[in-house]
Amino acid sequence: MAGVRISGLHKHFAGVHAVRGIDLDIPDGEFTVLVGPSGCGKSTLLRTIAGLEDADAGTIEIGEQVVNAVRPRDRDVAMVFQDYALYPHMTVFGNISLSLRARGRPKAEIEARVRRVADLLGIVNLLGRYPRQLSGGQRQRVAIGRAIVRNPRVFLFDEPLSNLDAQLRDEMRSEIKRLHQDIATTMIYVTHDQIEAMTLADRIVLMRDGWIEQEGAPLDLYEQPATMFVAGFLGSPQMNFLRGRLLCSGEGAVVRFGEGETALALPPARRRPNMGDGAEVIVGLRPEHARRAAGTEPTPGAARIEATIELLQPTGSRSYATFRLAGQPVLAELQAHDVSRPGERIPIDLDLRRAAIFDPQSGKAL
Amino acid sequence: MAEAATRLLRGRPSAAVPRILCIGLFVIFVLVPLYWMVITSIKPTSDYLAIPPVWFPAEPTIVHYTAALFSYRGLDGLINSLVIASASTVLSTVLGTLMAYSMARFNTGGEHLAFWVLSQRFLPPVATALPLFLMFRSWHLYDTHVGLIIVYTVMTLPLSVWMMYAYFRQLPRSLEDAALVDGLSRWQALWMVAVPLAVPGIVAAAVFVFVAVWTEFFFALVLTSRHAFTLPTVFRAFLGFQGAQYGEACALATTSLVPSIVLGILVQRHLVRGLTLGALRG
Repeated sequence: MAGVRISGLHKHFAGVHAVRGIDLDIPDGEFTVLVGPSGCGKSTLLRTIAGLEDADAGTIEIGEQVVNAVRPRDRDVAMVFQDYALYPHMTVFGNISLSLRARGRPKAEIEARVRRVADLLGIVNLLGRYPRQLSGGQRQRVAIGRAIVRNPRVFLFDEPLSNLDAQLRDEMRSEIKRLHQDIATTMIYVTHDQIEAMTLADRIVLMRDGWIEQEGAPLDLYEQPATMFVAGFLGSPQMNFLRGRLLCSGEGAVVRFGEGETALALPPARRRPNMGDGAEVIVGLRPEHARRAAGTEPTPGAARIEATIELLQPTGSRSYATFRLAGQPVLAELQAHDVSRPGERIPIDLDLRRAAIFDPQSGKAL
Repeated sequence: MAEAATRLLRGRPSAAVPRILCIGLFVIFVLVPLYWMVITSIKPTSDYLAIPPVWFPAEPTIVHYTAALFSYRGLDGLINSLVIASASTVLSTVLGTLMAYSMARFNTGGEHLAFWVLSQRFLPPVATALPLFLMFRSWHLYDTHVGLIIVYTVMTLPLSVWMMYAYFRQLPRSLEDAALVDGLSRWQALWMVAVPLAVPGIVAAAVFVFVAVWTEFFFALVLTSRHAFTLPTVFRAFLGFQGAQYGEACALATTSLVPSIVLGILVQRHLVRGLTLGALRG
């Protein structure tokens, strides 16, 4: 096992600056997820760690060893690819054992290690088959088995679940999580799916346009996003963003929306020294922080409004209701039977203690 | 058979008639000349141009085969052709595969090299025949197997490169990436992963090269004489002022088909896949 440290990494592709001065420290045994939209540089970063791409500047260390000039096969990393990359002309046994055969391991050892891994992944009965005879989930298990059998220092996953259907993706996600708990090896996982990132990661590294937008524990990024981009990327449905103006008076502050017809009091705990009186702000509020009001008084820190539901999207266990706040659409996550039909007018509590306040110019959290 | 007939007749029966007619005409167009060639090779001389045509001789003979192969040295030409075509095919395919891999994976030579390679085929053979003749004479390569192998390898390299270039481009890079991470060197990744997957393309390229070399006449005529002459050059001996030796010519032509037919049977499974795989995956 080994940690990975990246310092000042740059990578260009045909004039595109794909990775811009990344600094990242991944401790030994951590499950780190690189997440971001397509083209943000996460796969390029992963391939550079693997040695499949050369860095233009900066250093990559795996277990205290600088590996920039080290060939992929000597970095002791294993990689699981998006399209599985199983060798079609080899059986499952051949696929899993190739790395051991390339290193000249004895036949008996190869046999034992392959069978142990196959047993772990439940694919012993598939060892004699060819990849074309396997289902998507089976192929992915073989790909993972090929990585595990080598006992590498670091596992690299390049969007391994993106080719699977939703149900299989859920199953494999749990298996990968369980695998990490069992073998506790450093894992670096690339995905564009924020749900995968939230459920798998010990730490999320959210990338955008070649640099790191924010990194930290999943809940930290979710509850305290550093920018609007982070806030909008994590969480499904997406966070609501409401334009308003901050008005301060003494210890109190309100955010006025639209032409002033709606003003919501900002809890004292949400005030920051850098929030100026009269400043334009964007209030970020997650759908689950807009609930149907209960009781005669709003909960502490919450602002109560009357809302006419325009659109209702029931999902079974809950309903997503859209209403307008000073003309701006807001999506609220309600209980399944809180609203029976569009057009209904109900009281809603907006929990502003959980709101994020952003500067509209920079997009950064205040 | 029944299933094939059913497929042919799928849809309205009246639509099948033009289809059957076209296919039948094409089959006749291809097979009748072949039949006539084979049957002429065993006809007595008097039946060559008989009216009405003799579709099967009353007294078939193999005398034309013995004359073509031994008296006219057709057997020597056949052996020379086999040696030269085989060697050229192996060299052209191996070098073409390596070059195509380099171009496809490492963009060697940039975007212009691929077209430059293909452009070598635009050059008319007659433009290089005389310079090659003079060069080969001074290098002692005239009328040698090695000399013709060199010429045919260079001549067919663009064909090999282009076929394999297209093939390697459609092979997923991730397979070789996986091999490199798994512990293979670049050469091992090529040999153990890329080449086995490229076998259909290699076979298709090899067949095209073999046929091109097997039937090549011009350079063989200019660059050989009594020792390294190939099969196509033997045929000119059958056309003289006294007339044409139809029987011997057809006998040798029939014999020359055998290697091509054997090759086709051996590689047909790979050939279809190699010719169509790139097209299917775009």
